[in-house]
Amino acid sequence: MAKAVLDFEKPIFALEQKIREMEIMSTQTEVDMTPEIEKLKEKLTELAHKTNKNLTRWQRVELARHPDRPHSKDYIDRIATRWTELHGDRLFRDDHAILTGLAMIGDQRVVIVAQEKGRSTKEKLYHNFGMPNPEGYRKAMRTMQMAEKFHLPVISLIDTQGAYPGLEAEERGQAEAIARNLLIMSKLRVPIICVVIGEGASGGALGIGVGDRLLMMENTWYSVITPEGCASILYRDANQKEKAAEAMKLSAQDLLDMKIADKIIHEPLGGAHRDYDAAAKSLEIVLTEEIKKLAVLDEDELVNTRIEKLSRIGVWEE
Amino acid sequence: MSWFKRTVRNILTDTEDKKDIQAGLWIKCENCKQILYQAELQRNYHVCYKCNYHFRVPANTYVDLLLDENDRQPRFTNVKPADPLQFKAQKKYSDQLTTAQKKTGSNDAVKVFEGHSSGIPVVLAVMDFSFIGGSMGSVVGELIARATDLARETRKPLIIVSASGGARMMEGSYSLMQMAKTAAKLGQLGDAGIPYISLMTDPTTGGVTASFAMLGDVNMAEPGALIGFAGQRVIKQTIGADLPEGFQRAEFLLEKGFLDLIVPRKELKQKIHEILSILHVPA
Repeated sequence: MAKAVLDFEKPIFALEQKIREMEIMSTQTEVDMTPEIEKLKEKLTELAHKTNKNLTRWQRVELARHPDRPHSKDYIDRIATRWTELHGDRLFRDDHAILTGLAMIGDQRVVIVAQEKGRSTKEKLYHNFGMPNPEGYRKAMRTMQMAEKFHLPVISLIDTQGAYPGLEAEERGQAEAIARNLLIMSKLRVPIICVVIGEGASGGALGIGVGDRLLMMENTWYSVITPEGCASILYRDANQKEKAAEAMKLSAQDLLDMKIADKIIHEPLGGAHRDYDAAAKSLEIVLTEEIKKLAVLDEDELVNTRIEKLSRIGVWEE
Repeated sequence: MSWFKRTVRNILTDTEDKKDIQAGLWIKCENCKQILYQAELQRNYHVCYKCNYHFRVPANTYVDLLLDENDRQPRFTNVKPADPLQFKAQKKYSDQLTTAQKKTGSNDAVKVFEGHSSGIPVVLAVMDFSFIGGSMGSVVGELIARATDLARETRKPLIIVSASGGARMMEGSYSLMQMAKTAAKLGQLGDAGIPYISLMTDPTTGGVTASFAMLGDVNMAEPGALIGFAGQRVIKQTIGADLPEGFQRAEFLLEKGFLDLIVPRKELKQKIHEILSILHVPA
């Protein structure tokens, strides 16, 4: 399935290629190569594990941006049934960078809010590369308030390099739209589960990211700005993005250590792009579990716990 | 020698370096370039008496301006920034903190006070742009949160004077999450029926605008203040064109519907009193 190959994936792909060749040869020549093939397969697993373990933060960023990485639509296709997309913020227009809708996940009725980047060039333009305008945040707010009205949990899938920094976005109050969502989400009286499925940058991600749980897929990142943005401001050189990624400590493991993320969702070996179905299954299992856990809390307890969790975040001396 | 001289300040020109407050007997207005007498400027609340340009002023100026004399209780002064990520780019974050603390005499980019404004008991939080660009890290978020809690518990109106470049990159996602924390606290304040007045001063941008600054029951700004989410350089790169004059200025936001009003500095106290006297009946 994978078409694009990252540098650190190359040895793995070479080995896979070799195994495939041997398998073909084996069937064509009727020479039994099974022992050799098995050996190579073991070597492959070992290599994949080792590569995964030693990934730098920047390499995680690269995986999170992998051209073949599953996006929101890919997950929705696999984990949601009875999906009905709901369009428009009722104020200005429909933003395609954020999809919202009704669905079932397993036997749970939910509202889904999801950032979508698009895959082909045409789709990318349609979805504005996953960079929402204010109307996207307002659409998300509208559907989340609908979730509250009908007592449905909200599933928020985060995948963005940030809110769109455009002229019209400012005119229509990008800052106000995000700020309003933070406030509304902090006290929404239904469970909210946020999952970073790719990239999570700045207020653009947080604008649909306040909830009872923050889950991160294994090869994702979440921080205050993109590594390039940080590099161009603090190093005065966007090429220092790898250093910036290290300095900002933006990996899923980092956020778990900071007690900002609650859980890491494991991806198939090599990354979610290697097996969409397995990645989606992994996500579905965790979502189902978490929805059930949150369903037993009463509304006051839910909101109070959410706000208390937010209140604890940060490090200071006193 | 060029044929044409550019007179209008164009955003194609690099953003001028940080406009620190200048010392000396005379000062040139950054806007009209007239030479102003410092003492006279001070008497006029650091507003150019020739063109009404509002100079950036230190946090303490707003404390003096808004709170009644002899009744200013500093709160949460023992909260100090840490360096949770051991962050180092061109400079070490810990060194930047030390430098900023020496320069401003503050622990971080916000100060909280309890006091009275025109006789009304209030909680006031004031940001200081000269402390690492007024950026919001853990301490700023925490102090805004505590100020909001204090306002709710004591049932006093909350006034926040913002001046910020946005979230502080050197504390990574801790900084980002302060946006959610402050917004959540304001939600609680609102539910308790306590008014919050947000005063945006030059400049208020990024994560501060996209959290507590935009959430006032009344959003007000000083004339000419730069207020926005994305930086102008980034927007210009994105759209590949020049930005219109006055873009992201207070007057622009008023017209677009994101500010309730623009108030000249010398009228702030009076206007806040008028508003609070209608929204709030002291217990």
